[in-house]
Amino acid sequence: MVSSQSSNITLDGEPVSFSAGETLYEIAKRQETIIPTLCYDPRLEAFGSCRLCMVEVDGIRNPVASCTTKASDGMVVRTTSPAIEKHRKVLLEMVASENPDIAVDPLRGYASQELGTLVDDYRADTGRFKGRQSGQSFQDDDNPFILRDYDRCISCYRCVRVCAEQEGDYAINIRNRGFNTQITTEFSGTLKDSSCTFCGQCVQTCPTGALADKKAMRAENDPGEIKKTRSVCPYCGVGCSVDLLSKDDRLVGVQPAMDGPANQGALCIKGQFAFDFVQHNDRLGSPLIRNEAGELEKTSWEIALDRAADGFREAMKTHGRQSIYGVASGRTPSEADYMMQKFIRAGFGTNQIDNCSRA
Amino acid sequence: MSNPLVDMQKPDVIFCIGTNMTECHPVAATGIKKALRRGAKMIVADPRRIALADLADLYLPIRVGSDVALLLAMAHVILREKLYDATFIDERTSGANAFLEHVKDFTPEWAASITEVPAADIEKAAILYAQADKGAIFYTLGITEHICGVDNVQSLCNLALMTGNLGREGTGINPMRGQNNIQGAGDAGAVPSNYPGFQPVTDPAAQSKFEALYGRKIDLEKGITKVTALDQCGKSIRAMLIDGENTLVSDPDRDHCEHALRSLDHLVVIDIFLTETAALADVVLPATAWGETDGVCTNTERRVQRLRAAVTPHGDARPDWWIIAEIGKRLGLSGFEFDSAKSVFNELCELSPIYAGLDWDRIDKGEYQWPVPDKEHPGTPILHQEEFKNGRGLFKVINYRDPAETISDDYPIWLTTGRRLQAYHTRTQTGRAQGIDYLLAEESLEIHPTDAAERNLKDGDWCHLSSPRGSVRVKVKLTDRSPKGTVFTSFGFNNVPINVLTGSGYDPITETAELKVCPVRIDPA
Repeated sequence: MVSSQSSNITLDGEPVSFSAGETLYEIAKRQETIIPTLCYDPRLEAFGSCRLCMVEVDGIRNPVASCTTKASDGMVVRTTSPAIEKHRKVLLEMVASENPDIAVDPLRGYASQELGTLVDDYRADTGRFKGRQSGQSFQDDDNPFILRDYDRCISCYRCVRVCAEQEGDYAINIRNRGFNTQITTEFSGTLKDSSCTFCGQCVQTCPTGALADKKAMRAENDPGEIKKTRSVCPYCGVGCSVDLLSKDDRLVGVQPAMDGPANQGALCIKGQFAFDFVQHNDRLGSPLIRNEAGELEKTSWEIALDRAADGFREAMKTHGRQSIYGVASGRTPSEADYMMQKFIRAGFGTNQIDNCSRA
Repeated sequence: MSNPLVDMQKPDVIFCIGTNMTECHPVAATGIKKALRRGAKMIVADPRRIALADLADLYLPIRVGSDVALLLAMAHVILREKLYDATFIDERTSGANAFLEHVKDFTPEWAASITEVPAADIEKAAILYAQADKGAIFYTLGITEHICGVDNVQSLCNLALMTGNLGREGTGINPMRGQNNIQGAGDAGAVPSNYPGFQPVTDPAAQSKFEALYGRKIDLEKGITKVTALDQCGKSIRAMLIDGENTLVSDPDRDHCEHALRSLDHLVVIDIFLTETAALADVVLPATAWGETDGVCTNTERRVQRLRAAVTPHGDARPDWWIIAEIGKRLGLSGFEFDSAKSVFNELCELSPIYAGLDWDRIDKGEYQWPVPDKEHPGTPILHQEEFKNGRGLFKVINYRDPAETISDDYPIWLTTGRRLQAYHTRTQTGRAQGIDYLLAEESLEIHPTDAAERNLKDGDWCHLSSPRGSVRVKVKLTDRSPKGTVFTSFGFNNVPINVLTGSGYDPITETAELKVCPVRIDPA
C-alpha cells in the first residue's frame, strides 16, 4: 500500500506538503509564490504553451513548465534563478515584439493587463526582436460586442480553450501553425455566423486585450477611474456574481467575478452585455400621477405618495380590507418583497399578496 | 434546487425535461456540458429539438403537455425491471405501495400513444436513469406552466424517490428558477399562502407570531392568487399595488388583463420604466434599478447574495422598499421606519427560520445556501440528506390529463412559448441594451418546413397566428427545431403580443397558466 500522507516538495528552500495530482504551479500559488504566466487560466486545463512558468527541478536537466508538471515526493524546486528570469524576459520580449504596442485600456477585458504588467515587471524591451507581426485583426466583424483585434494576439489559445472547456460552444478555433497561427471561427466568418453565443468569456480571459469588450471600450476616453462594484447579475435565477464597471458615475461595463460562488467566472450574453438599460433615457426619473385630463403627469414624491395612500385608504373604507391586493416581483431585491408582504399583512390584515412566479 | 449548481458537473445520468437550459440558464448549462465531457449520459425530453437535445444521448421528442404520461411509463419500466431502490423506499418514503400498484397499468406502449415517443425509447430512458448511481433531474417552466404543472413536478419526485436519487451529491430534483430573485420573493413571504420563510398563514402559531410582530389581527385564510385577483378586478378587488411586473405583457390573455387593470378604482405601479402596465396606473412611482440599489437576492440553489449599488440612482428614483414603506407610513402604520436595505433584510432574517442564521453582514460573500437555522450553521447546499422536511418523502398517485385545449380542425397546431437566449421576458431591459437587436431584432414563429409548405409559407413570410382568444401577426422562420405540428415563439415583443393567444387553462392548485400549450391556427397574412 502506498502511503498517502506526508508527501513533500522543497519549494524555494521551504518544505511544502501537497496532495496527489497537484501541479508545481498550483502548490506555488497556494504558497503565494508568484510565477508569471500568460496561457494559464485557473478554470482551464493547463496548457503549457507560453513557457513563462518554467521552474528548475533538481535532477531534471532543463527547466519544466510548472503548470503541467505534477509534484512528486521529494522534488526540489526553484521558481526563480538568474537563468530562469533571463529566460522569462527573453520570452516576453519575443512575444511583445510581434505586437504593435502593449498598453491597452483595462476596459478591454478582465485579463487584458496581464501581458503589459509582465512586460513592465521584467522591463522587457518590446522592440528587441522587431520584425514581422503575427495575427491579423478581423475588421469585418460588425458585431456590437466583441472586438477581434488579432494584431495583439499572442496565440496562447485561452480564448479557444475557454470557449470549448468552460462554455462548451466550440465557436472559435485555430488556423495555421507557428508564426502564422490565426484565431478564427469555422469558415473564417463573423462570430454571428458561428456557434458563438456572445457570452464574452474569450474577451475576459484574453491576456492582451486582442479580444475586447466593445461596449465597455466606448467609455475608454471618459474621464475618471474605473470603479469595480461586486454584485449579482439581474437576469435569470442562476445568480452569477459580476463586477460592475463604472466611470464617473456611469455604468460602463460588466466583468464576471472569477470567484463568484454560483458561476465561477462564467457569464452569458445577458449578464455580460445587457447592462445598459440602467442608465437608458427611458428610465422614470420622477413620480407620475394621472391628472384630470386622464394623462400621467410629473409630480413630487410627497404628492404622489399621498395620492397612492389615499387610494388604498379609500378602497379600504368603501370596499373593505380584502379589496386591496399587492403584486411583488421576482426581479426586485428581497427587501422590496418583504416590504410588500408587510404592507399588505400589517396594513390590511389579509394575505392578498402574490408575486410574478405564476407567469 | 435540491442540490447546488456545482453538482451539475457530477451526475452519471442527467435527465432534463422542459428546460431549454442553454438559452434560458446558459451558465448552468455549462455545468452539464462539463459533466457530459466527463462521460455522463443525458436524456432530454422536450417537444422542440433544442440545443440541449443535440447534446443528449437520448432525445425524447414528447408532444407538448404529455409529460405525466412519459413519467408514469418510466416508473412502470423501473418497477417492471426491478431497478427501484428498495432500501431508500423502505427507509425514507411513504405511499410507495399505492404508487407502485398504480403504475402497473401504464406501459410504454400506452405512453407512446400519448407522448408520440417510441415505446422503446421510453424504456431506454427509464433504465438509463434508474441504473445511475447519481441521477439528477433538471426542469424549468416546461414542467410547471401547464394545467397539470403540480402533477408534472410530483411525477418527477416519484421517479427520484423510487430510485433514491435525492439527498446525495450529484442527484436531486432541480428546478431552474427563471428570475434573479423569484426564490427570494417566495422566501420573503410575498405569496398568498406563507409568511416569510414559508411559515403557513393557515398555521395559528405563525398567525399569532406575526400578529404580535405586526401589531394587528391577520387572517388565518390564505389570500387569493394573482390570477384570481386579476379575475376579481373591479369586483372584489378594487385597488392594487404592483411592483416591478409588466403584467400586461407577461401574463396570459392580454385583453382580459388590460380590462382587469382598467376596471380598478386605484392602481399604483412601481417600476423603472413606464411599462405597458405602468401606463395604465393612477400613480407611477420610479424605483431605483439594479446597479443603483443595495439589496439581497436568492438564486435557484437557495444561495443568498448581496446586490450592490455602483452608480447614483437615475433622476429622483427611490428604492422599492422605501417607496412601499412611505405608503405604509401615510396610512398611519407603525413598523415602517427603516433607514436602509440592511435594516429591512435583518428584520426578514429575524422572522424567518430558514434565514435565522443570516444577516446582512454574514452574506457579504454569498457563501450560504438556506436553510441556515442558526448562526453556527454552515448552510445547506444539499436538501433532504438525512430526512425530508416532513419526515418521509411522499409518493403521489398521479393520472394523465389532456391539456386544457387540444388540437382540433379549427386549431390544428400546438403553440408552445418560451424565452430566447438574447432576450429576457418582456424586453423592458434587454430591449434597451445596446447591441441586442443585432442578434434578435424581431419576433418570429418557428415552424417546421412541412407545416409551412402546407400553408404556402416561405421563410420570412408573415402569417396570422390565431387561438380562440385572438390573433397576432408574426413572421415565420422555418426550422426543424420545431417538430411537425408544433410551433414556437417567445413572448418578448410587444408588437407581437403572444399573450393575446395564451391562457387556455390554469393548474388548479398553483393557478399557474398553461403558457406552454395553446392550440392555434396559422394562415398566410
